[in-house]
Amino acid sequence: MKKIGLTSRILILVAAVAIISAYFYPIWEIKLWAPQYPEGIGMQIWIDRLTGDLASINKMNFYIGMAEIDEAMFPEFDYLKYIIGFIMAVGIVAGIAGRRILMNIFFGLLVLLGIGAMVDMYLWGYDYGHNLDPTAAIKIPGQSYQPPLIGYEQLLNFLAYSGPDTAGWIMGGSALLVFVAILLEYGVFRRLFKRKKP
Amino acid sequence: MTKSLMFIGCAIFFMIALYSCRPPAPGAAATVDAASRVYVPPGEHDEFYNIVSGGFNGQISVVGLPSGRTFKIIPVFSVNPENGYGFSEETKPMLNTTHGFIPWDDLHHIAISTTDGVHDARWAFANANNTPRVARLDLTTFNTVEILEIPNSAGNHSSPFITENTEYVVAGTRFSVPFGEEEEDVDVPIETYKENFRGAITFISVDPDDGEMDIAFQIDAPPFNYDLARGGKGISGDWFFFSCYNTEMAHTLLEVNASQHDKDYIMAINWRKAEQYVREGRAETVRAQYAHNKMDKATHMASSEIKEDVLMLDPTEFEDIIYFIPCPKSPHGVDVSHDGKYIVGSGKLAALIPVFSFEKMIEAIENEDFEGDINGLPILNYESVLHGEVERPGLGPLHTEFDGRGNAFTTMFVSSEVVMWDIETLEIIDRAPTYYSVGHLMIPGGCTAEPHGKYLVAYNKITKDRFLPTGPELAHSAQLFDISNGRLELLLDFPTIGEPHYAEAFPAELIKDKQVRFYDINENQHPYVTRGPGQARVERETEDRVRVYMTSIRSHFRPDNIEGIFVGDTVYFHVTNLEQEWDLPHGFAMKGANNAEILIMPGETLTLKWIPDRVGIWPFYCTDFCSALHQEMSGYVRVSPRGADVPLTYSTGGR
Repeated sequence: MKKIGLTSRILILVAAVAIISAYFYPIWEIKLWAPQYPEGIGMQIWIDRLTGDLASINKMNFYIGMAEIDEAMFPEFDYLKYIIGFIMAVGIVAGIAGRRILMNIFFGLLVLLGIGAMVDMYLWGYDYGHNLDPTAAIKIPGQSYQPPLIGYEQLLNFLAYSGPDTAGWIMGGSALLVFVAILLEYGVFRRLFKRKKP
Repeated sequence: MTKSLMFIGCAIFFMIALYSCRPPAPGAAATVDAASRVYVPPGEHDEFYNIVSGGFNGQISVVGLPSGRTFKIIPVFSVNPENGYGFSEETKPMLNTTHGFIPWDDLHHIAISTTDGVHDARWAFANANNTPRVARLDLTTFNTVEILEIPNSAGNHSSPFITENTEYVVAGTRFSVPFGEEEEDVDVPIETYKENFRGAITFISVDPDDGEMDIAFQIDAPPFNYDLARGGKGISGDWFFFSCYNTEMAHTLLEVNASQHDKDYIMAINWRKAEQYVREGRAETVRAQYAHNKMDKATHMASSEIKEDVLMLDPTEFEDIIYFIPCPKSPHGVDVSHDGKYIVGSGKLAALIPVFSFEKMIEAIENEDFEGDINGLPILNYESVLHGEVERPGLGPLHTEFDGRGNAFTTMFVSSEVVMWDIETLEIIDRAPTYYSVGHLMIPGGCTAEPHGKYLVAYNKITKDRFLPTGPELAHSAQLFDISNGRLELLLDFPTIGEPHYAEAFPAELIKDKQVRFYDINENQHPYVTRGPGQARVERETEDRVRVYMTSIRSHFRPDNIEGIFVGDTVYFHVTNLEQEWDLPHGFAMKGANNAEILIMPGETLTLKWIPDRVGIWPFYCTDFCSALHQEMSGYVRVSPRGADVPLTYSTGGR
């Protein structure tokens, strides 16, 4: 079993503890601007709930027959807090134990969480954007309303934005810290910055 | 032939020569770069809120300065079918009086609340001149929230001026009338004016926390016409000044009989002393009915209460409440300089402007430097109180405001101009014509201890050719001047709503970010609120009274199909706007209702009363273009003959 250095252990611990922000700050945000909404209306996705101008967004979505966004519909909100808690625990154990394998597992879990979340969001977005009520007031042939996975997209009169919120950015940072620890441990930096002999 | 040609030639020459002798009219040209100085680029905001009285429309206009754009008309003493003020069940009590419901009044003056003599802009006060009342507006919602009737008064003109910390709002009567508890006190021959008529000066207390008004006391003053008033500031903060005309005490053909005295008075009241005597229990409780109407924030409903008595102070029982300052001639405006040191009387029939010194007034009082008395109330010696006179200012001085830099600005009704003069030296600095016959003028903060001496607005009484003509009835014109460069520079001419009298203005920053955007539906305590679509319903309360608990949200009413209503039913539509977003009102109008529409703000409940007069299907709809499906926002009521076998049913979308 390979042990890892103190710097890496500190990086891993900081990364693991920082994940706790997911319980106090929103992870993801979606914002919409339209001529009538110069100030924008937004929705924040938390570990276990949705906040923001849900009622306004639903009222807009009603015209095009999108299903009503209701947090009770998302089973993710029931188990996400346990998944993230588990990953955080693995990170803390990895930092304390200082085992290379645990560090790798921690990083793998973080990457999997990120990929899983993006896939999940894409599927929900696809469902909302395509599964439209046939009795909707406004029907535009061929038009779907799938929100962007990340970044900006114009959807009819709305400019939509999707991207990480506070906790999302922090968790991304955590993954980056662990990645730096891995590079350290596998000697990538040493090889990269090895002083050349004159 | 030649002779007569020569004669005609001479005659034409003479006529042309005579005509060209006509002195040029004062220039109407604005300053060269005026446009850029009043231009507010699209999307940007004006620097000042200008709260402008509407005179005979009974309303208040909210105007931006320097652009002169009107943002809102607020109904105060007049019904407003546009939003249902005075028509909805919630707002009808606001216009209740001891005479019953009065749909109109004449709103002359504005007072914006102050702390230490400086605008805090929590509330605006306004007077009803015809049936004496004082209103209070909340400047976070720009709604009328309170109206207090003033008993024993007639022609509530010297009102609603305030003390420097908004402790009191005053209401002096312009028409003295007899008053008393018995019919024989008031049913008297008009020619017994001098014996039986009295001039009530009312002090209304204002609750420092919530602004609620109450009549604190009245002063039983001589039967003069109390025209205008101003509270003192700083050193004169304990005093209130009222201009008095008709000190001749005429009761007929006043234009002649009330213009005989060379000097009338400015009545100085030591309100601190008066307040103290009232507190000591030295005022008499007298029966006098008046209505007190309040809008409840939580229920969105107004209530009206008739109160029964007031505390009356007889000033002749005290030596130190009232003093009279002689003032030439039939003074209209009385204004106090920003530092509280000078009192300017604008004698509208005088050929000069007297400026009185507060310090000299106190000295004269201490030295008992009196030149007579009125029922034992001392008249101070004119010369002893006088700071000086502004010589040949123009004709018909009416009102004065201050720029805080030592200059005063007085309007001249007859010579139609604004005159700028130095308070200390009394020299005239500049004058500018107005179009035409200016009444009030206004400098933002110009009546407070801290004027913003940047702009001056003249509110004119005559318009004639200033705008595109619109038949016999014209908009009243206003003119904006820049006074920041030590002279009067005309920038802008703009039309106004109603007939503006006094106005005030204050920096927009004071209240801009405190504006209510919508009402929280969860805090709506209206007795007939419908908090969600699931609670929408129709209930027959009695044999002929039906209550519809209706919701409105983009873009439907719930319920929108109602059956089982009978001819002659009293149907109350209690419409709750469920929206919780800024700028999303819904309207509600019912075909054939002898009523106005109601315009319901988000989170608010308003009630429209409808008595169907015939059998049929009656549509209702949303009157405010609320959304892309606004035209679809409508519904039907089926009205059947009384006693028909039609059960009461209601639905929306078949449910």
